[in-house]
Amino acid sequence: MSTENILFVDHLTMRFGGIVAVHDLSLTAERRKITALIGPNGAGKTTVFNCITGFYRPSGGTMRLTHDDGREVRLERLNDFRIAKQAKVARTFQNIRLFPGMTALENLMVAQHNALMLASGLTFLGLIGAPSWRSAEKRAIDQAKFWLDRIGLFDRADDAAGNLPYGDQRRLEIARAMCTEPALLCLDEPAAGLNARESAELSALLLAIRSQHGTSILLIEHDMSVVMEISDHVVVMDYGVKIAEGTPQEVRDDPKVIAAYLGADEQEAIAVMESGT
Amino acid sequence: MPEQTHASRAPGVTFIFKKALISALVALVLFSLMIGIRTEAGPSGQLIYWTRFGDLASMVAIVFGGSIIVELLRQWLGPADTIRIVPQRLQQGLAIAGRLVAPLLLIFTFLVPVIFYDQRYILDLGILVLTYVMLGWGLNVVVGLAGLLDLGYVAFYAVGAYSYALLATNFGLSFWVCLPLAGILAAFWGMLLGFPVLRLRGDYLAIVTLAFGEIIRLVIINWQSLTGGPNGVSGIPRPTLFGIPLTPADDGLAARLGIEFSPTHRIVFLFYIILAMALLTNWVTIRLRRLPIGRAWEALREDEVACRALGINTTTTKLTAFATGAMFGGFAGAFFATRQGFISPESFTFQESALVLAIVVLGGMGSQLGVALAALTMIGGFELFRGFDQYRMLVFGVAMVLLMIWRPRGLIGHRAPTVFLKRAQAISSDLVKEGHG
Repeated sequence: MSTENILFVDHLTMRFGGIVAVHDLSLTAERRKITALIGPNGAGKTTVFNCITGFYRPSGGTMRLTHDDGREVRLERLNDFRIAKQAKVARTFQNIRLFPGMTALENLMVAQHNALMLASGLTFLGLIGAPSWRSAEKRAIDQAKFWLDRIGLFDRADDAAGNLPYGDQRRLEIARAMCTEPALLCLDEPAAGLNARESAELSALLLAIRSQHGTSILLIEHDMSVVMEISDHVVVMDYGVKIAEGTPQEVRDDPKVIAAYLGADEQEAIAVMESGT
Repeated sequence: MPEQTHASRAPGVTFIFKKALISALVALVLFSLMIGIRTEAGPSGQLIYWTRFGDLASMVAIVFGGSIIVELLRQWLGPADTIRIVPQRLQQGLAIAGRLVAPLLLIFTFLVPVIFYDQRYILDLGILVLTYVMLGWGLNVVVGLAGLLDLGYVAFYAVGAYSYALLATNFGLSFWVCLPLAGILAAFWGMLLGFPVLRLRGDYLAIVTLAFGEIIRLVIINWQSLTGGPNGVSGIPRPTLFGIPLTPADDGLAARLGIEFSPTHRIVFLFYIILAMALLTNWVTIRLRRLPIGRAWEALREDEVACRALGINTTTTKLTAFATGAMFGGFAGAFFATRQGFISPESFTFQESALVLAIVVLGGMGSQLGVALAALTMIGGFELFRGFDQYRMLVFGVAMVLLMIWRPRGLIGHRAPTVFLKRAQAISSDLVKEGHG
């Protein structure tokens, strides 16, 4: 089984003072699959994300990430930027965090920082304009161009990221995360604020990332149409604990999930879940 | 017609009037004690005072009228309307002129010693301006690119100056050996400052850097055995041209070339040294901006959290920014020491830090040309008004206020992208972040 799963979260607990945001949560994410983490507002989904991506240090529990080559990384032992650099976990944010004053192309170049830093000989080779650096830079630009083309922003490469429409910014953030060549891509509500057409484009993009690039995806999402369409596995959280998991179909029919989503009002819950099909 | 376009947008007369009235009221409160009542010690030591209500009234009237004029000007020339009022052809002309400013300025700077060979004062002023241009470009790395507010930049200037002064007077090392050493030492101190302030942001960072600048100065004043304390270090050797001194001696440059010695030779030599050093700073900064480290600095200014999510080590990125900026400050300090031949702690007060920071902010954070123009205006302009000693600060203050109104993000506020596919478009200052730590 170990090669089948990329991420193992075991008994993860996160406390903020007296508040337990996540309690004894265990979940796995399958390699080259899309795993969705859903739940009502305040269920602790983003907290789990912040633990996995190193923004919080968990109060307890372990998180293991196994790479394709069998290398295993203990995420709770890494912090801060090392999760992205060494464990190859990339993420996007609920409220978009692009570099608004830099162009779309520059945003994607910054994402390749660590690789380019090595290629530029920690700046010294780059300063004298060594040929090895130039070719590395050209490859980085090609990589950025590839992703710009992929998200349909090739013509806006030289526009400031802050000037792009909201939906484009969302896709650019995903492209930026992909430019770090991650093993696991964590998306925090990528469809938030998108219209139906943009949501459909996003679903197609995520499916393509999974199938063509072999990147495993973990996503938090409220838009049930996206979740039901693209997820291979769904984990449902409420009040910091896991209440259900399974295929989208299983989860949708789970009475506990329906109850959690809309409290006692089962009719409304069913209506929401139905809307996803 | 331009009149019509802004007439529709302009706030009413009452608004302008109200604003002017409030300004006049504030002026009345402020000036009533400062100008309205004049106190002096009488002949037998007692305090005597008399009132100057006429002066007070005229000052308040000036503020009232000035406020109306500023408000009107603001509507006619305000940033929002500029594009509409200025005709397209003029705009294109301005854009072309804008591109020519930097090369023309550079050519002119190269020719300054030729044109003003006989005018020692202009040459000295040119050296001074170039020193501040270099300091501004150095600080620009920290403040403009990385977005880290540094109020203690003069500390690195001092470290560079004292490094050269002490190494040269104690060990007899030459300027060209000491120059890199001064830069390395200043960069080292930049890193030392960097470590404790890594976790600080915004105001807190500014205060700690301010304190660091003062600590360095106080250490220099009090460590008498090493630095000579308030007496400073004198007899700092002048730079040589590959070992050939620029003196009237027999082995001096003039004697070797068989020309008559003139003290101006040394000034011209110094001018070209600082010009070369400033251009080196500029070249390195422009190169660094296009390298991953420079992009990481700018990304750090834009959004630190996103940087961490992309695997950028924010600690080393900040430290390299501090160290790079400090290194250029150290170079400039070493030059300052060799030019003056004498240094004392008095040259490294907070006022210097504030001046360099003002140059960077006025120039437009991150803009190389803007910083150069700001240094020229601030230092050169300051000298220009030396004749009107009393009004110097007044003019300076008014210029600052006007700049704040029309150019809140500095002379050149927009940002040029570091890489582009088709066309490099200037990025509006509204999008570019100032950084917050």
